[in-house]
Amino acid sequence: MVIFSVYVVNKAGGLIYQYDNYVPRTEVEKTFSYPLDLVLKHHDEKVIVSFGQRDGIKVGHAVLSINGVDVVGKSTAEGKDILEYLKDPVNYPVSIRFGRARLSSNEKLMLASMFHSLFAIGSQLSPEVGSSGIEMLETDVFKLHCFQTLTGIKFIVLADPRQAGIDALLKKIYEIYSDFALKNPFYSLEMPIRCELFDQNLKGALEVAEKAGNFGAGS
Amino acid sequence: MTVHNFYLFDRNGNCLFYNEWNRKKQAGISKEEEFKLMYGMLFSIRSFVSKMAPLDMKDGFLSFQTSKYRLHYYETPSGLKLVLNTDLSVSNARETLQHIYSNLYVELVVKNPSCSSTQTLDSELFSSRLDSFIRSLPFYSPRAA
Repeated sequence: MVIFSVYVVNKAGGLIYQYDNYVPRTEVEKTFSYPLDLVLKHHDEKVIVSFGQRDGIKVGHAVLSINGVDVVGKSTAEGKDILEYLKDPVNYPVSIRFGRARLSSNEKLMLASMFHSLFAIGSQLSPEVGSSGIEMLETDVFKLHCFQTLTGIKFIVLADPRQAGIDALLKKIYEIYSDFALKNPFYSLEMPIRCELFDQNLKGALEVAEKAGNFGAGS
Repeated sequence: MTVHNFYLFDRNGNCLFYNEWNRKKQAGISKEEEFKLMYGMLFSIRSFVSKMAPLDMKDGFLSFQTSKYRLHYYETPSGLKLVLNTDLSVSNARETLQHIYSNLYVELVVKNPSCSSTQTLDSELFSSRLDSFIRSLPFYSPRAA
């Protein structure tokens, strides 16, 4: 049972802290001969599989490395365009590694702001009076928990769906935030959090939560 | 224990059907705008979830909850989206939504040659059967919790 990541979003919807605790890497490396039976396409500065799912390589997986060398966006490490490289039979047999693309910092920023808006829409479309925004979002592989403080800061935790004790963890993260970020005289409000003690204590709290422990009154 | 409302969207975002049972607060915007906002929110949540997911997903987004209600979502492979808002006591309405799709929508609407699948649903039969189905659910009570 794991906690995947933690995001902290400020009042305006901007991401001020992000920590990836556990990122499962589902990667598949295979050797291919010409012609390639997977259909690849450009998407968001990456090359992804658009058709031809097989053997663990799913639609949406990105090209991570060619012949053992990590790719850089849409081109190989030498600067050649990947799709052009793969159209040339001279380059075969080629070994390509596919997997879920890692989120870049920009993408994380955009997703955090997107969630900030979705949180508000969840409250607006409520059929009941006095509803908060989205506090928990469930999918089949993860559960997203969100705690919004009275000052508008959102603490977002992505965890395994069966993980318990996330509500206590969110309150604990709020405590750590107020102790190690807010009380830090060099930290400016609503700005990205760059406080070592905050990082350390957050990691400690995640370990305790994963072991399904309870946070002691004074810890 | 109660069901608040139900939306049915086609794959282009048109709201084919909407009904409410125990809704206490309107959204403050016209029904048309509300449908667009609801569809837009669901579309964004799906895209958000597919990017954020640490592993490959099979069913995708299932539900979300706030302090007062829970929204259950079911999407068919043909792009039809069923949305049910209930109170917090209902933890999983996926089977309910699947039942509404296969036993009510497919039987009464898809198999009906006079029901056009792109416009708002006109079927009285669908509407009344859905209403009695929802009222018969174990988690439905006319007096809202």
